[in-house]
Amino acid sequence: MSTFTPPSPAEVLSTVQWAAAEDTPLEIQGHGSKRGIGRPLQTEHTLDLSKLTGVTLYEPAELVLSAKAGTPLAELEELLAENGQQFAFEPMDYGPLLGSESGKGTIGGVLASNLSGPRRLKAGAARDHILGIAAVSGRGEAFKSGGRVVKNVTGYDLSKLMAGSWGTLAVLTDVTFKVLPAAEVEVTLAIRGLLDDAAVAAMALALGSSAEVSSAAHLPERIAAKVAAGRLGSDAATLLRVEGFGPSVVYRIEALKRLLGKAGPLEEIAGEASKAIWRDIRDCAPFADGGARPVWRVSMAPSQAHHMVMALRMQAAVDAFYDWQGGLVWLSMREDDAEAELLRGLIRKHGGGHATLVRASAPHRAALPVFEPQPPHLAALSARLKAEFDPKQILNPGRMA
Amino acid sequence: MSGLAMPKPDAETMRRRAEIVADMRIIVPGEGVVDAANEMRAFESDGLTAYRQLPLVVVLPETAAQVSRVLKYCNTRNIRVVPRGSGTSLSGGALPLEDAVLLVMSRFNRILQIDYPNRVVVAQPGVTNLGITAAVEQEGFYYAPDPSSQIACSIGGNVAENSGGVHCLKYGLTANNVLGIEMVLMNGEVVRLGGSHLDQEGYDLLGVMTGSEGLLGVVTEVTVRILKMPETARALLIGFPTSEEGGQCVADIIGAGIIPGGMEMMDRPAIHAAEDFVHAGYPLDVEALLIVELDGPSVEVDHLIGLVEAIAHRNGSTTCRISQSEQERLSFWAGRKAAFPAVGRISPDYYCMDGTIPRKELPRVLAGMRDLSEKYGLGVANVFHAGDGNLHPLILYDANVPGELDKAESFGADILRLCVEVGGVLTGEHGVGVEKRDLMPEMFNQIDLDQQMRVKCAFDPNHLLNPGKVFPQLRRCAELGRMHVHRGQVAFPDIPRF
Repeated sequence: MSTFTPPSPAEVLSTVQWAAAEDTPLEIQGHGSKRGIGRPLQTEHTLDLSKLTGVTLYEPAELVLSAKAGTPLAELEELLAENGQQFAFEPMDYGPLLGSESGKGTIGGVLASNLSGPRRLKAGAARDHILGIAAVSGRGEAFKSGGRVVKNVTGYDLSKLMAGSWGTLAVLTDVTFKVLPAAEVEVTLAIRGLLDDAAVAAMALALGSSAEVSSAAHLPERIAAKVAAGRLGSDAATLLRVEGFGPSVVYRIEALKRLLGKAGPLEEIAGEASKAIWRDIRDCAPFADGGARPVWRVSMAPSQAHHMVMALRMQAAVDAFYDWQGGLVWLSMREDDAEAELLRGLIRKHGGGHATLVRASAPHRAALPVFEPQPPHLAALSARLKAEFDPKQILNPGRMA
Repeated sequence: MSGLAMPKPDAETMRRRAEIVADMRIIVPGEGVVDAANEMRAFESDGLTAYRQLPLVVVLPETAAQVSRVLKYCNTRNIRVVPRGSGTSLSGGALPLEDAVLLVMSRFNRILQIDYPNRVVVAQPGVTNLGITAAVEQEGFYYAPDPSSQIACSIGGNVAENSGGVHCLKYGLTANNVLGIEMVLMNGEVVRLGGSHLDQEGYDLLGVMTGSEGLLGVVTEVTVRILKMPETARALLIGFPTSEEGGQCVADIIGAGIIPGGMEMMDRPAIHAAEDFVHAGYPLDVEALLIVELDGPSVEVDHLIGLVEAIAHRNGSTTCRISQSEQERLSFWAGRKAAFPAVGRISPDYYCMDGTIPRKELPRVLAGMRDLSEKYGLGVANVFHAGDGNLHPLILYDANVPGELDKAESFGADILRLCVEVGGVLTGEHGVGVEKRDLMPEMFNQIDLDQQMRVKCAFDPNHLLNPGKVFPQLRRCAELGRMHVHRGQVAFPDIPRF
């Protein structure tokens, strides 16, 4: 067992070249903060990028930030905040859910797992903000893609291809992201006491208005008590976040109140309290109970997901809450052999989407397809693509299987 | 063609042309196959009209099943295929090849689903960009990316080129607004990527397909996100004595946390050409003219107009008009939107470039362009998507003067080299196509290009789909797949081990 901790891209390159020559697989990790997601790896060696750090370029007026892949996300978020900016895609922190330290994770890991948060609905995910990368393929070759400007269509977008590839195509050494101004003000409008179907209808109405709602989540009864230190109480809460310049936020919240006045009792939550709620929704705090009960992350069309959950409840003991206007479902289930098939079957039946097992014990993860299995032609295409980047299968082999 | 080498026509394919045409008529019955030279003339070029070539045959399929059969047929017989949407590419992405089937997707012209609760539209790829907005605007929705060819360009072509537009700083490019596609691979297999949900499972193939310029697959269905129209929009028209001051004003607007819906800059030659043409009331005594459009609720727009006006004054603006009516806002845009035809009036021909630069480098690039303009003896006018640094220099030339097209192309290439030199890129939104193909090594080394071509190999191992585009030199996939491992030459002892 060796752990390589290269402090420079050149040494990342020589490590991968060595591994390729030796036909020996590597587990690629940053801080290991998401190591509990995906098929457990059994590689002899680990390539640890946590020493490959540093901001190489930050020009706030150009909306661009470049850093070495192992740079802590928390450090970058602090730097951006000092300049009134942010990663608009609001990368989540898996620490609380996976029972590890919060505030860990590297910027390379953000891209490799295509993180996002409640603002995904309006602002996209890491894939939508990545501008350029430098990486080392499993062939032991250092390549780059993209650039440092926010508008670029030169060549294939290999930077996006890295998003959600979980270190199975290449080892990222440098990443460049688009950054955006942070909102001056945020206010959350909560509608209380709605059942899932009414909540989904209210969220669709809000998102279909010109109030520019940036996030919309629904916490069913009891789940609501598990965010922001219980501040919401346990009644179901349907939450709409409005962000922007002060006068605009006031105006848009008023517009939403008029639009949704009949939907249920309304409550306005501003400032830090609002931020705390969305941070907890982002990080799946309601299921961050320190346990290992399986947690699934499901993405579906917003209007369909609650139907799937309703059908699922008939056959299994589940807790659920919704983000992304209802389209993102976090599910806490019992460890049961049929759960994956049951869930994925119901997703297909309700218009399609995908489910990822984001928390489970290692044996459970080893026994189930953690990531959504693909139809044969698509799976074959993905396998060919993997082979073009990593023909010897030395980078995180089997993690996405 | 001015010195552009395209793949050598395959003699076997050329010899079997009649048989291929007959087989295409079986796969696509009715009016879907065009083989007469005079009828194929309409397809001989795209928006990059300097290059023309008649295809082997034009095929206009109507169903994904037909596309699949055509591609499978061609794949097994080693016949090249060039896909085409509306043919508005400015980089020659849809330029036909002499020995290739030109697969025209214009009959895929139906909107399949409008889903307001989920704010998505499912459309066939031949539907125009503006056609999507037209289908949903009665409910107050629109599709955000707005390339200037939006009245004609197809949504499938937008996916192939990752099209932008003036609003993409705030609302994103095609890649940020497409949720799913159905596509056919060269071997005839049909795959679906994404859908009405967010993020696709597995690798982000949708991300790599978007902007792949028709080299990876043929799109047969597109799912896009639609947005509610902003309540209102107002614009400022701001003039500066120098481009430095204009550029600083843009930087300060963004520095103040404002992302305008649109932010466009024009230089003196472009301002004059546009004003002479449409009489928009542009000031003629400024070096840089900035149009800043703010959209959203009127309370927000009014608030931001005040902030932007103050920033403009601080940066030495000599004129600053604020639109007081929708008519006035449109008049501010009239000159900018007519900039290309306006330049067309002052010069027999113009050649539109598309580099992106870090915005702060604008003065240096404009100065460099003035030097190049002198060197080549050709004029240049600039319009600039100022928010995102995407520069459109329009090089003025006369195609009837022998050698001037070559000169204009060399001038353009030098401008793009300058863009790369200051940290920018060859193309912001028009694509590489054939036009910038041979400049790719300015930005990428051979390893970078080889890895891109390996992606191509996963989709189309025989290089049959749109060859001759994007990559300066195609290498065989077998050769690209070889690994050169030098055992023992690796600096392994230098790696710290713990």
